[in-house]
Amino acid sequence: MSVAGKRVLPGFNITMGYTLVYLSLLVLIPLSAVFFKTATLGFDEFWAVISSPRVVASYKLSFGASLLAAGVNAVFGLLLAWTLVRYSFPGKGLVDSLIDLPFALPTAVAGIALTAIYSQNGWIGSIIEPHGIKVAFTPNGVLVALIFIGLPFVVRTVQPILQDLERELEEASASLGANRLQTFRFVIFPALFPALLTGFALAFARAVGEYGSVIFIAGNMPMVSEITPLMIITKLEQYDYAGATSIALVMLLVSFALLLVINGLQAWTSKRTGRDR
Amino acid sequence: MKSTFTRALISLSLIAGLVASASAQTSLLNVSYDPTRELYQEFNPAFAKYWKAKTGEDVAFKASHGGSGKQARAVIDGLEADVVTLALGGDIDAIADKGLIAPDWQKRLPHNAAPYSSTIVFLVRKGNPKGIKDWGDLIKPGVEIITPNPKTSGGARWNYLAAWGYAKQLKGGTDATAQEFVKKLFANVKVLDSGARGSTTTFVERGIGDVLLAWENEAYLSVKELGPDKFEIVTPSLSILAEPSVSVVDKVVDKKGTRKVATAYLEYLYTPEGQDIAGRNYYRPTDKKVAAKYASQLGKVNLITIENFGGWANVAKVHFSDGGTFDQIYANK
Amino acid sequence: MSGATATLAGHGGSVSSRYEDSSATREPTWVKWTLVTISLSFFSFFLLLPLFAVFTEALRKGWDVYWAALVEPDALSAIKLTLIAAAIAVPLNLVFGVAAAWSISKFQFPGKQFLITLIDLPFSVSPVVAGLIYVLIFGRQGWIGGWLMDHDIKILFAIPGIVLATTFVTFPFIARELIPLMEAQGKEEEEASIVLGATGLQTFWHVTLPNIKWGLIYGVILCNARAMGEFGAVSVVSGHIRGETNTMPLHVEILYNEYQFAAAFAVASLLALLALLTLAVKTFVEWQAGKSNNQSDKEE
Repeated sequence: MSVAGKRVLPGFNITMGYTLVYLSLLVLIPLSAVFFKTATLGFDEFWAVISSPRVVASYKLSFGASLLAAGVNAVFGLLLAWTLVRYSFPGKGLVDSLIDLPFALPTAVAGIALTAIYSQNGWIGSIIEPHGIKVAFTPNGVLVALIFIGLPFVVRTVQPILQDLERELEEASASLGANRLQTFRFVIFPALFPALLTGFALAFARAVGEYGSVIFIAGNMPMVSEITPLMIITKLEQYDYAGATSIALVMLLVSFALLLVINGLQAWTSKRTGRDR
Repeated sequence: MKSTFTRALISLSLIAGLVASASAQTSLLNVSYDPTRELYQEFNPAFAKYWKAKTGEDVAFKASHGGSGKQARAVIDGLEADVVTLALGGDIDAIADKGLIAPDWQKRLPHNAAPYSSTIVFLVRKGNPKGIKDWGDLIKPGVEIITPNPKTSGGARWNYLAAWGYAKQLKGGTDATAQEFVKKLFANVKVLDSGARGSTTTFVERGIGDVLLAWENEAYLSVKELGPDKFEIVTPSLSILAEPSVSVVDKVVDKKGTRKVATAYLEYLYTPEGQDIAGRNYYRPTDKKVAAKYASQLGKVNLITIENFGGWANVAKVHFSDGGTFDQIYANK
Repeated sequence: MSGATATLAGHGGSVSSRYEDSSATREPTWVKWTLVTISLSFFSFFLLLPLFAVFTEALRKGWDVYWAALVEPDALSAIKLTLIAAAIAVPLNLVFGVAAAWSISKFQFPGKQFLITLIDLPFSVSPVVAGLIYVLIFGRQGWIGGWLMDHDIKILFAIPGIVLATTFVTFPFIARELIPLMEAQGKEEEEASIVLGATGLQTFWHVTLPNIKWGLIYGVILCNARAMGEFGAVSVVSGHIRGETNTMPLHVEILYNEYQFAAAFAVASLLALLALLTLAVKTFVEWQAGKSNNQSDKEE
C-alpha cells in the first residue's frame, strides 16, 4: 500500500475491491465447488476416474480435434484476415461482419445445422459421402463443429495487427529486391506470428470445452467420438457427481494453464508490435 | 390524457390481478422423460376436466421433459416436481434414495406403479431391405444399428437388456454368451445419440442406419409423424416389458399441499379414460379391457421383465456402472 | 476476446486500397483472386452454409408455419425469458467490466497477469461445467441448497439460476474488450484532469468514457449476443419447464425433439436474426468509430 501514496488517479481501492468481490462471488467460489466435490474422493479413486480408458480416449479426441481445428483456423483465418484487409472485392463488408456469426449463434443451432448439411442426405454430405468421405457422426464431424466455433478468434486477433503493419517496411523490402513471397515470409509473417499464435490458442481454448454444437454431429461412439464434456454428462447420468467433477477439474486446470499461456503471448505480442504506443 | 393514464392503470391492475389469480390456482409440475410429451399433452386437459367436475377446483399443469436420468437428477437437486413419470423404476429409486420419495413407492400404485407399459421393437426402412426379423439378424455383418447410449438414456437400457435377455434364453445361453451377443450387436451400432429422440432423428431425418432400436410407442409415433410410407415396424420374438413408472414426490407435495390432487392425477392414469389415452398414444394399457381394444394395433411379443435381471438396483450395478458389462464391451475392443 | 478490436474500427476500406495502389505492396492479380477464392470458399462452407441451412429449414413448410412457431405462447415466453436473462446479465458484466478495466489498466500491482487470467477463465470453462458448479452450490444437496429450500428461495430451476449461468458464460467479454483499450490509451489525460481539480467520477465521465465509448459498445454487443445464445450451461440449471424456464436455445431443442423441425428452425432463425442484427449494429458502431477516429486524425 506504500505505492498508493504516489497514485494520482483515484478509485483503485473501490474498483479493485469490486472486481475481486464480483469475481469471487460469481466465478471463483462456484468453481471452487469443483475442487471440494472432487476432494470427497481419495486420490486413488480420482486417478482411476481420470485415467480410465474411455476418459483418456475422450481427452485424445477433445484435445486432438481442438488442436487440429485451431490449426485449420490459423491457416484459413489468416487467409481470411489477409483477404479482408488487403483486397477489395464485392460483398466484403458483409463477409467481414458475418465472421462473428459463430460467436453469436447458439451452439445447439450450429450443431443441428451442421449435422443437417454434412449428414449423408445433406447438401454437402450427399456430395462427399459417395466418395467415401464421412463427416457427420465421425470424429471429422467434431472437427467441423470446432472449426466453426473457433474461426472468429483467429480472424479477429490477426486482422487488427495486419491493419496496423507499417506499409513502409514492405516497400523497403521490395526496393531491396525481395519478391512478394519473400517479403511475406521475412517481413510480414514474423510480425503477425504472435497474434496468430494468440488466435490459435484462443480458438483451441474455446474448442476444448465445447459441448452444444459437437454433441449433435459427433455420433458419440465410446472410445471413438466421445468428447470430454460428454464424459462429464455420462458420469452425472450415473449420479456420480464426484466422478463428474474429477473430469471437470482436469479440464479446468488445462483451461487455466492455456489461458496463462495466451495472456503471456498477448503481453509478448503487444511488446513486439509496439501497439502500446 | 389523464383518462388514458387511468385506463392504463386499470388495465395494468387487471393484468396483475389475473396473474395473481393464475398463481393462486393449484398447479402441478409433472417431470417426465422425452417420449411422453404427446401422451401428457392429451392426458392433462382430460384430468383437469375430470378434477373440475369432481371437486370444482381448477388445476393447471406445467411439464418438463428430457432424458430420464437428467430429469431425476433435476428433481434430486431441487426441481420441485409434484409427480415424476420416468422411463425406469431405477431413476425413481434414485430420487427415493435421497429421501424425497417414500421407499415403498412402487407398492403405492397397481402394477409396480407403472400405469402403462411398452416394449422395445425395431424400426426398419420400408420393405425391410436387410430382412431383419429378430434379434439374431442384428448381429449379422453389414447391418447398421442406431440406438441411444445406455449410459445416458433410459430407453437404451431397455434396448440393452432386451438384447441380453434374448441371447440368454437361446439354447445354451449363459451370461457369457449373452455378453458376447450384446458385444457383437454394439459392434454394428453406428451412432450412439445421448437420448431416444436424438436417435430417432438420426435414423429418420439423417437417413443413417438400417434399424433403429426404439420404444414401441416412439416407433409407432415416428412412423405416424414422419412417414408411414418410409418405415416399417418389426416386432422381435422376444422383448422386455418396459415399465415406465410414476410416483408422487412426497417431500414436494407435502410442502406445497398438493398431495391430494397429485395422487388423484396418477390414479386417473389407471382409469379407463386414462388407459384409453395411453393406448391412443401407443402405450400398452395395463387395464385388460382397454388393452384388448388396442391389441390389434400393436404386435404380439413374448416379454421378459426386469425381475429376470434381479431388479433395477442389481442391473445398474452389474451392467451400467463404471466397468460394468456395457463398459467392458468397448474396453475390450 | 482479442481486445484488439477497437483499433480495427472500420478503416478497412482505405487500408486495402492503399496497399493495392502501390506496386511494391501488391500481389499479381491471379494471386489476389486465388487467395480471395480460397478464403471465401472456406467462409461459405463453414459459415454461410449453416446460416443458409437454418433459414431454408425454417421456411420449408412456408411462412404460416414459420410465423405460427414464433407467436406460440411457449415460444413467446422463451423469447421473453431470453431477453430478461440478457437484460440482467449484460449490465452486471458492464459494471464489472468498467471497474475491472479501470483498476487493471490504470494502476500497477503484482499479480496482474494472474488476475486477468482469472477473469478469462469462464471463457474456456466448458458450459457443462459452468452449469454443474451452480448445481453443486444451489442444488438440494449443495452447499446452501438446503437452507434455500427451507426459506423457499428458488435459484436453481428458476430465473435466478438461468441469469447466473448466463452471467458466468459472458463474464469476461466486456472487461477483456476494455482492458487493452484503456491500457493503450495510457493515463496522462486522466491524471491531468485530476490535477486540474476534477473528481474521479467527473474524470471518468468526461475524459475516459469518450475515449472508450466504441470499445465499450462493441463489448456490450458481443456480451449480449453470447448471452442470448448460451445453451449448455443454461440447459443444466433450467429444469426445462415449458413456458416457464425455457430460453430460446432450449426451446429450439425441445421443438427439435418433438419432430417439429420447421418450428425448431424457425425459432433458431430468430436467434440467427438476432445475431445478424447484433452484427449489423456492430458494423455500424465500427463505422462510426472509424469516422470519429478519422476526424481526430485530421484534427491532429
